[in-house]
Amino acid sequence: MMEKIPANYCLLLSAVLFATGVVGVLTRRNAVLIFMSIEIMLNAVNLSFVTFAREQGSLHGQVAALFVIAVAAAEVAVGLSIIVAVFRGKETVDVDEINLMKW
Amino acid sequence: MQLLAFVITAAVAVAAAVMVVAEKNAVHAALYLILNIVSLAFLYISLGAEFVGAVQVIVYAGAIMVLFLYVVMFSGAAATPDSRDRLAWQKRIAVGGGLILVALMVRVLKFGGPRPSAVSSADGSPANIGSLLFTTYALPFEVASLLLLVAMVGAIVLAKGRRE
Repeated sequence: MMEKIPANYCLLLSAVLFATGVVGVLTRRNAVLIFMSIEIMLNAVNLSFVTFAREQGSLHGQVAALFVIAVAAAEVAVGLSIIVAVFRGKETVDVDEINLMKW
Repeated sequence: MQLLAFVITAAVAVAAAVMVVAEKNAVHAALYLILNIVSLAFLYISLGAEFVGAVQVIVYAGAIMVLFLYVVMFSGAAATPDSRDRLAWQKRIAVGGGLILVALMVRVLKFGGPRPSAVSSADGSPANIGSLLFTTYALPFEVASLLLLVAMVGAIVLAKGRRE
C-alpha cells in the first residue's frame, strides 16, 4: 500500500485552480476564453468532489463529479452556440462590444 | 513517490490553467486547457476515481474541447486580441481578488473544523459507480439525460440561424 496524498494538498490545488478561473473570467474579454475559465472552475470543484469522496470512502462524491461533467457538457454546447449566434450578428466575440441589452 | 507524482501533476495543472488565463491566442489557450484537463484526469486516477478520470478525458478532452476549438476557428476568436480595459486597474484588482480568494479558502481549510471520517470503502470502478447511478441516483441520471437532450436541441436551434 502506497502512502496516500494528503487531502489538504488536493483541496489547496483545487482552491488555486478555482481562483485562477475566477481571475480569468474577470480579466478576459474574449467570450470563448471566459468559457474556458469557467471550465477550469468546474474542474477545480470536481477535484474537491473526488478528494472528499476518497476521504469519506464513499462513491457519492464521484457520482456528483460525473453529474458536474454532464451539466458542463450541456452548458458548453448551449453557450458556444450562443457565441456563434452572437458572432453571426455582430462579427465579434468581445464581451465589451456585446452591449445590445444594456440600457 | 506518489507525493512526487502529485506535485508534478499539480504544478502542470496550475501552470496550464495560468497559461489559459494569460495566453493571447485562443487556440493555444484551448490546447493549454486540454493539458490542464488531462493532468486533472491523472489526479482523479491517483485519488482512486478511475472511472471519473476516464470520463474526464473522453468527455472534456475529447468532446468539449473539440467544440471549443471549432468555435474558436469559426468565430476568428484566435486572432482577436482583448480590447483595452475600460476600467483602470481591472487586471490588477482581479488578480488581487483572486489572491484574497485563495487566502480565504486556505483559511477555511486550516480552521474549517473536523471532517467526518471514512464511513465505508469502495473503489471507483465502473461497476460500483454504475450500480450507484442506477439505484440511488436513478432520477438525477434521467434528469441529466433530459438536460443533455434539451441542450442538444437548443444548441442546434441557436446555431442554425435564420434561413431566408
